[in-house]
Amino acid sequence: MFLDDLIIVKHQGKQFIKDLTIATLPEIFRGIPQISDEPVNIQELIGFCPTDAISENKNKLAIDLGKCAFCGDCQMQYPNKIKFTNQYKMATNNRDNLLVYQGESKEIKIEENLIRQEIQSIFNRSLKLRQVSAGGDNGNELEMGACGNVNFDMGRFGIEFTASPRHADGIVVTGPITENMADALQIAFEAVPEPRLFILVGVDAISGGIFAESPALKRDFLSKVHIDLYVPGNPVHPLTFINGILELTRQKYRR
Amino acid sequence: MKATNQYIKLKNGGQIHTADIPVLPYNDFRIQAIKLLLDFDKAHCSNYFAIPKENGFQLIAIIADDVDREFLIFSHHLLSSDIALESLTQDHFAFHIFEREIHENFNIQFLNHPWLKPVRFAHNRADQSKQIANYPFYHFNSTEMHEVSVGPIHAGIIEPGHFKFSCHGETVKHLEIQLGWQHRGIETLMLHKKTDLQRTILAESITADSAMAHALAFVTSMESLGQIKIDYNLSIERNIALELERLAMHTGDLCGMCTDVAYQLGSSVFNALRTPIINFTQRWCGNRFGKGLIRIGGTHYPLSNDLKSDLNSVLSEFESRFVEMAEKTFNIPSVIKRFDGIGIISKTNVGLLGCVGMVAKTVGFKRDIRYSHPFGYYNTINFEPKTCISGDVMARGFLRYQEALQSIQLIKTMIDVHQNSAEVSKPIYKADLKPNSFCVNAIEGWRGEIVHTALTDENGQLAWYKIKDPSMHNWKALELSLRNIEISDFPINNKSYDLSYSGHDL
Repeated sequence: MFLDDLIIVKHQGKQFIKDLTIATLPEIFRGIPQISDEPVNIQELIGFCPTDAISENKNKLAIDLGKCAFCGDCQMQYPNKIKFTNQYKMATNNRDNLLVYQGESKEIKIEENLIRQEIQSIFNRSLKLRQVSAGGDNGNELEMGACGNVNFDMGRFGIEFTASPRHADGIVVTGPITENMADALQIAFEAVPEPRLFILVGVDAISGGIFAESPALKRDFLSKVHIDLYVPGNPVHPLTFINGILELTRQKYRR
Repeated sequence: MKATNQYIKLKNGGQIHTADIPVLPYNDFRIQAIKLLLDFDKAHCSNYFAIPKENGFQLIAIIADDVDREFLIFSHHLLSSDIALESLTQDHFAFHIFEREIHENFNIQFLNHPWLKPVRFAHNRADQSKQIANYPFYHFNSTEMHEVSVGPIHAGIIEPGHFKFSCHGETVKHLEIQLGWQHRGIETLMLHKKTDLQRTILAESITADSAMAHALAFVTSMESLGQIKIDYNLSIERNIALELERLAMHTGDLCGMCTDVAYQLGSSVFNALRTPIINFTQRWCGNRFGKGLIRIGGTHYPLSNDLKSDLNSVLSEFESRFVEMAEKTFNIPSVIKRFDGIGIISKTNVGLLGCVGMVAKTVGFKRDIRYSHPFGYYNTINFEPKTCISGDVMARGFLRYQEALQSIQLIKTMIDVHQNSAEVSKPIYKADLKPNSFCVNAIEGWRGEIVHTALTDENGQLAWYKIKDPSMHNWKALELSLRNIEISDFPINNKSYDLSYSGHDL
């Protein structure tokens, strides 16, 4: 009986990723994009984006990763103009950092001066998070679940999702925040003892994404809270999330 | 009573002129709808909805004829919204959720409906005074009973739903599930969005665990209305994607089921096994859930020879590890004890509720679109769905194991028939849709049939878009299978169904 179990364990082999900070994703993964100076019909390109993530700013094109659905169709239609790289580290605590401008090889980082003092001192060795899905499509939810599986094993850093907001150090929101979930989200947030983190995971949470203009959303709560971390993606890759959390709470992981 | 059949037949993926849908007097409409569903093995209700029409509404019923492999479509023109209709539900319960939806959206009254409660508190519901916080729960007037409320936020990383258990001691007498928390107004957005790409992204976002299945139902709808023919190779690739989604989600659910019965080895191993499958999907199209892969008329990510051999080796490696773990799981007494005979739903109840997909298959109904209304590659093979008979947690677990094996075989065969050098066409971003047309596209997602219905106006613009996730039918089955069992068996029951909140709430 016990021997069977050992044989199964042996056949499964080692599944964990040794170092999550240097793991690479396949080239085809859509992470931070690059925009070249190639001349294209700007208005057409802007109109092509399904989530209005592309805009012209100071005579330069920009992609807002807080709005981008990472569908990648723009790079297929305008292959010489836009190229998504496999750079998955794109979590930041400054919303403006999610704008990627034409001609730049953007690195998206945590801004140290924006981190609240107590966050690092209290949460740098253990962090329990409560996830709230407020209209999420179950993609980010599954990826948050995957963060704790044997492959990514976020638990090795003392970071885990917890069942109750009372046991949590912060709230992770997925989904565009539907009107029907708005009150429940606020109640869950207020149930978390202070100091507490508030993290937006996925394009839907950050900007509403493809649902941005839906009359079924109610996002005014966001203007009342301090947002500690924006994690872009559709859905967010576990590596993006884990690295973002580590960089936010631990000095030694900051780039 | 008229004996003649008054409906129009439509193949899965076919399109007709909207004006060709027969419009019946309500009494005829009602009798025909009930009569068609008399034999559970022969037909089921795929969708029933209302669309606003001059001076009232058109009620459209889509009945799946599972023997003749056709959808039977007929309608009734309801002249004014204040007219009350005799409900179909009092004669056949399968209509209950659809009549509730029609009532919620348009305030049409259904007389003698036993349970005419809100479905999802849609933003455009007819009665705005109804609030999600005040859902009218069923309440036992008894001093011996107590109620347990759970949600909308649950103790895990899952979507929100509110569950109210009415218990006598530890025994659940009644469970009522209130949904709607995830409502994002997708059907409205489908009409308001301007481009086909936006609508495709929207379809992918209905529920990401079935992103490829819902996207496929959407793009095939546009292809039906736009009369766009797709290459043989592309249709194979789409079906491979669909089976990969099924394989990944079934494996993930087996992990969840092991977790809920505290079987740590199964939990860890099945969790790890889902990873190579979704990572292959990522190597194929850049996204672990297949977002970006399915597009109208073509794809940006053809299945290259390298990908095919990659997939073959992923599957071989997966299969041996998966079978070893599954065989162990389904033979270990501590798991069997927690799966066997728990949360039974009877075949009669499944038939009455009109359940589809996995829930129907766990009691022996062959309700599988790949079998009854085949699309793409399934048209060319004699697909035979896997079924169980016991309708309990064990059946829902074991069916996943069997279906996962079947998916592996299907993918391997499809890789073989996929032509190596064939060019695959590029996506079409502006489909010209045929005016005044109606189409039904059903796709067998891993939970069951996903049915998208689209209508165009006289200018070839989308006039109505109706999405039905299999969970619409199946949530009621979870409620019923909780009756007279211990409340502590709820988590494993819920996981064994793993129904969609976002697919239901839209």
